[in-house]
Amino acid sequence: MTTPRSNRIAEIFTRHEKPLLVDWLRVQLAARTVRKDLLPEADLRRESVEFLAVLTPACRAGSLTDIATPEWKPVCDFLAGISRSRATQGFSSSETATFVFSLKQPLFARLQEELGADAAALGDEIWTATALLDRLGLYTAEVFQKGRQEVIKRQQLEMLELSTPVVKLWEGILAVPLIGTLDSARTQVVMESLLPSIVATGSSMAIVDITGVPAVDTLVAQHLLKTVAAAKLMGAQCIVSGIRPQIAQTMVHLGVAFGDVVTKASLADALAYAFRQIGCTVIKQAPRT
Amino acid sequence: MDRIPILKVGDFLLVSIQVDMHDRMAMGLQDDLTTQVVKARAKGVLIDISSVEVVDSFIGRMLGNMASMTRALGAEAVVVGMQPAVAITIVELGLSLTNVRTALNVDKGMELLQSLVNPTAEAARHDSHEE
Repeated sequence: MTTPRSNRIAEIFTRHEKPLLVDWLRVQLAARTVRKDLLPEADLRRESVEFLAVLTPACRAGSLTDIATPEWKPVCDFLAGISRSRATQGFSSSETATFVFSLKQPLFARLQEELGADAAALGDEIWTATALLDRLGLYTAEVFQKGRQEVIKRQQLEMLELSTPVVKLWEGILAVPLIGTLDSARTQVVMESLLPSIVATGSSMAIVDITGVPAVDTLVAQHLLKTVAAAKLMGAQCIVSGIRPQIAQTMVHLGVAFGDVVTKASLADALAYAFRQIGCTVIKQAPRT
Repeated sequence: MDRIPILKVGDFLLVSIQVDMHDRMAMGLQDDLTTQVVKARAKGVLIDISSVEVVDSFIGRMLGNMASMTRALGAEAVVVGMQPAVAITIVELGLSLTNVRTALNVDKGMELLQSLVNPTAEAARHDSHEE
């Protein structure tokens, strides 16, 4: 039952490939969503030709109602490739999906030419074709969205990695300059990078610098205290530095207390304190000429 | 093996926990340690947990208890070599262990014990170093 139907659409693709392509390109270029600035006409033409080239054999071999079958794999792969490249080029999702949807008009026109006399068959074929193209278009939009999400996820990961470097200031002194808002996920990353570094370098002092943290509330203070407590359990002393006047005021107003944790206004003060703790003295000498 | 050995080094006792303790083993260690502190008239106890990878709230509390008990018997206690994962676990469990002294490794732990037990001698040694 489905075989002759699918054959009819496949037949149109095979016999009228050239005029179909011409019509399709005209529709695409006339559409308001065309982006000649991002994708030159020649590339659009090439992609359209390739899409018809993979679509025709799939229509002939596979079922028109299920694009999850292996016959449709080349078509899906091709569409996935297009949506990924368009996602990176800066297309919107509807602009990307229009690539598939715009094929409807020329295809329906051909179907009408072929089956104009037989209204029932024409209705059937148009329904099959529209269902198929909708599915392909939605698949394109889905992949497009997935591509965008992957980009966002990767950027988030990169930000996490970038924002928590552990630096060795001196033999036995480590520093973590924190930049950006602290939440539980970031505190976890800070802990996971700071604590092993304490073991690896055998440092007994660790300075957590919060100059780059825009605001300190009870939650942030709690996260900091956790880090400090964990470092202390391992035998290292933590100093919190970089508390700006504004932040000191907010902390007192909020009733945030750092308890017995040593806090300093600047990284320099913290370093000086750390030097004293490990028994180092810094002395000034006449500069050498 | 169901007992943790307690070694006597000079005035100090050295406990090296090399296996993941189950609860009964920890209870046994608590008994043995308190007995040994009294019997050996130890001035300090060094508990090395650098090989311990897993802790639960019970073991975490036991560490704190052992430190407090030792102090009650007139000796100092230092826990050394806690792994990062263990430290994070203990903090996340809400055990602050504020009464426990800690050090990075056995070397630094011994130094800390010396300075706690014998502050004047340690200070003198430092002074002679500086001169």
